[in-house]
Amino acid sequence: MANKMGRVPAREQEAGVRKSNFDEVCLGYTLEDAVVEAKRCLGCKKPQCVAGCPVGIDIPGFIEELKKENIEGAAKVIAESSSLPAVCGRVCPQENQCEGKCVFARKAGAIAIGKLEKFVADYSRENNIDLTKTEPKNGRKVAVVGSGPAGLACAGELAKRGYNVTIFEAMHEAGGVLTYGIPEFRLPKKEIVQAEIDNIKKLGVEIETNVIIGRTITIDELLEEEKFEAVFIGSGAGLPKFMGINGENANGVFSANEFLTRVNLMKAYKEDYATPIRLGKSVAVVGGGNVAMDAARTALRLGSETHIVYRRSDAELPARAEEIHHAREEGVIFDTLTNPTEILVDENGDVKGMICVKMELGEPDASGRRRPIVVEGSEFVLEVDTVIMSLGTNPNPLITSTTDGLDTNKWECIVANEHGCTSKEGVYAGGDAVTGAATVISAMGAGKSAAAAIDEYIKEKANQKETHYA
Amino acid sequence: MNNKIVKKVQLTDNIYLMDIEAPRVAKASKPGQFIIVKNDEKGERIPLTIADYNKEKGTVSIVFQTVGASTKELALLNEGDYVMDFVGPLGQPSEFIEENIEELKNKNIIFIAGGVGSAPVYPQVKWFKENNLDVDVIIGARNKELIILEEEMRAAAKNLYISTDDGSYGFDGRVTDLLKDLVQNQGKNYDHAIVIGPMIMMKFMSMMTKELNIPTTVSLNPIMVDGTGMCGACRVSVGNKIKFACVDGPEFDAHLVDFDEAMRRQNMYKTQEGRAILKVEEGDTHHHAKCGCGGNI
Ligand SMILES: Cc1cc2nc3c(=O)[nH]c(=O)nc-3n(C[C@H](O)[C@H](O)[C@H](O)COP(=O)(O)OP(=O)(O)OC[C@H]3O[C@@H](n4cnc5c(N)ncnc54)[C@H](O)[C@@H]3O)c2cc1C
Ligand SMILES: Cc1cc2nc3c(=O)[nH]c(=O)nc-3n(C[C@H](O)[C@H](O)[C@H](O)COP(=O)(O)OP(=O)(O)OC[C@H]3O[C@@H](n4cnc5c(N)ncnc54)[C@H](O)[C@@H]3O)c2cc1C
Ligand code: SF4
Ligand code: SF4
Ligand code: FES
Repeated sequence: MANKMGRVPAREQEAGVRKSNFDEVCLGYTLEDAVVEAKRCLGCKKPQCVAGCPVGIDIPGFIEELKKENIEGAAKVIAESSSLPAVCGRVCPQENQCEGKCVFARKAGAIAIGKLEKFVADYSRENNIDLTKTEPKNGRKVAVVGSGPAGLACAGELAKRGYNVTIFEAMHEAGGVLTYGIPEFRLPKKEIVQAEIDNIKKLGVEIETNVIIGRTITIDELLEEEKFEAVFIGSGAGLPKFMGINGENANGVFSANEFLTRVNLMKAYKEDYATPIRLGKSVAVVGGGNVAMDAARTALRLGSETHIVYRRSDAELPARAEEIHHAREEGVIFDTLTNPTEILVDENGDVKGMICVKMELGEPDASGRRRPIVVEGSEFVLEVDTVIMSLGTNPNPLITSTTDGLDTNKWECIVANEHGCTSKEGVYAGGDAVTGAATVISAMGAGKSAAAAIDEYIKEKANQKETHYA
Repeated sequence: MNNKIVKKVQLTDNIYLMDIEAPRVAKASKPGQFIIVKNDEKGERIPLTIADYNKEKGTVSIVFQTVGASTKELALLNEGDYVMDFVGPLGQPSEFIEENIEELKNKNIIFIAGGVGSAPVYPQVKWFKENNLDVDVIIGARNKELIILEEEMRAAAKNLYISTDDGSYGFDGRVTDLLKDLVQNQGKNYDHAIVIGPMIMMKFMSMMTKELNIPTTVSLNPIMVDGTGMCGACRVSVGNKIKFACVDGPEFDAHLVDFDEAMRRQNMYKTQEGRAILKVEEGDTHHHAKCGCGGNI
């Protein structure tokens, strides 16, 4: 039986080659590969995989179409639940989501749902399959703040429902983390991210870049002066954390956001772009999440020896399994159970090393993970000239501090319910701005649900007005 | 979104003024804030203080010194040309505009501008004038040729003092010496100083005002990338705490700033920048078509 076979491996660039280029690592499936992999799926009656997907894509449904080689049909099934399949097929932490729940997860290996989704999305794009169904324009205006996955999904959904949507983006390019954070070798910018943004524009969505809500214009002004009937805030969680250890302001210490922004958004690694980047001979990336892996693999590609310094053990690394595996293959050195205590600085203010201590795991803490404790007398110096801090991010208080009546919690996250409703009438929010740093698919899902709620809110308001005047 | 350069004036050898069309930015601008401009697709994001704004015309004025490759390229653009990106206003407005005007009336305030620092000082002085408040101003520069916005400042300030390092104009000496002279020999008395100029000048001025016991504000200009709090490139130590100059500042209590660290951080890209400048000066032909030819060829 087909499902006894393991999953069909996706073609990849070889580690030795890819570690010095920025081309996509995963080359993906051919049509033949995809159909063979699709045929492993049992089409379960009560599919657990669907329960594992934050937006509930009808996974057996699209795989069924794939088995029949009906790619357009498969794309349509996915489009009912997801507006960014080419992105999510590439970056979702599938092993914890859809694939983690697949009945084969523990036996022959889960169905490669992510790779199949990527295949369907890439194939539809390359063959110009049109998935847009748009209702006639209704003349009503909605503003969306931020052009990351949450904002794009919300804007796209509202445009399909007939609204005139304007996205306001603080940066000079749209895409949020997809553009400035996740590197080219995992998520190609021109082919994938720009194509997704172009699709949203084709629906009639306008994107005004270089507009910072809270500075250039406030939420209240959008509602009162520019007559938007509702606003969706998808401003992400972009404020980087630092450790607060000595030497952290030395030259050569960066946040992962700064490092990745210089490379991805400002294209500092290309000769003809003006923004500079400092390349270290030896780089330590502090942290163990997706962001840390991206920073480490980027530094490696720029020619540095690269260490991941993480205070817990391998098993607790929060990054996606595939990214950790790829990083190892490419030659990133993993210093786990290691914690920095001080950055050493030379007389010019440059980093000359990092003092670290070894850790061991003790009793489980509140998060259920075993608490790392310092091993006495284990201090040593890691010889590095660059340190990249990848310790997580918080939402930026720029919007909440300039908008009256918008509640936040103690982490500066905007308080919103599952439909995106905030404490302020007409104002909705979703994605990392509400949850703190999370995932592309959950941000996209939040944008879509908020779009439905905004649609309902505006229609209801219009109805009330009509009855009022009658 | 492209923004048109509607006016360009060369103020000195290497200082330029430009009025740039950016209606949304002009409408929201306040004294003390800054903008970020990016010349073209491949350009750097350059932070520059808002030197003036006109809400009716929808323009924002910037005054910049050509120090590196990106500012040199910006200076090559002419009236009628466009910059690709122009975003703002960024940072916190100057603390004064939040203060009670009546209380400000009782305060003796002095602004001290070093070199191109006159540009960011001017809108603040103008704001005081518009609110019928008197302030004194010192402009300091290396020599007479480098003094900018003198007439504008004279019109807005109660007293304008000028110093040049070489004595070619005004007081013969540094701004720090001039301030000391005003306070110690000319009976002047100040409750607050606002100092804006090169980092090194702000450092020494801050030491001087500490000696003279004058509370002091400086406007820091560290290296920035996004200007919205997203990267931390602009971090400075103020009172031993890490602050992001682009969102917490750019203005800070001068007596709490770690200037030595701030100066070291500013030099982070020095050698790389040297190479980039060479490229501009030698007329790099494989990119930036407008580079070196004013876009006319
Ligand atoms: C390096 C990195 C790697 C990651 N890897 C993965 C991965 O492999 N898989 C995964 O699922 N997730 C990953 N994530 C997380 C994922 O990217 C985020 O959860 C997701 O992008 C959140 O989407 P969002 O739309 O809420 O916010 P964002 O993508 O952060 O977008 C917010 C947008 O709003 C703009 N904005 C902010 N403030 C304002 C304002 N005041 N005015 C106007 N615009 C504003 C920002 O400039 C930005 O463009 C990664 C994140 C990073 C940083
Ligand atoms: C909030 C803020 C407001 C500013 N306002 C003005 C202004 O009104 N007028 C003006 O002329 N300049 C201003 N600056 C400085 C201006 O941004 C820099 O001069 C400019 O970015 C240099 O760009 P460049 O590519 O030409 O040179 P760079 O490539 O940046 O480098 C040139 C040299 O200048 C140093 N340098 C780099 N960045 C800065 C910086 N931000 N400030 C000072 N030196 C730097 C570097 O060490 C290098 O040696 C401001 C900076 C900030 C952060
Ligand atoms: S969107 Fe993500 S979680 Fe959902 S099916 Fe696709 S890859 Fe799996
Ligand atoms: S759980 Fe696995 S086998 Fe079952 S439908 Fe989902 S993908 Fe197919
Ligand atoms: S410039 Fe990036 S945080 Fe200030």
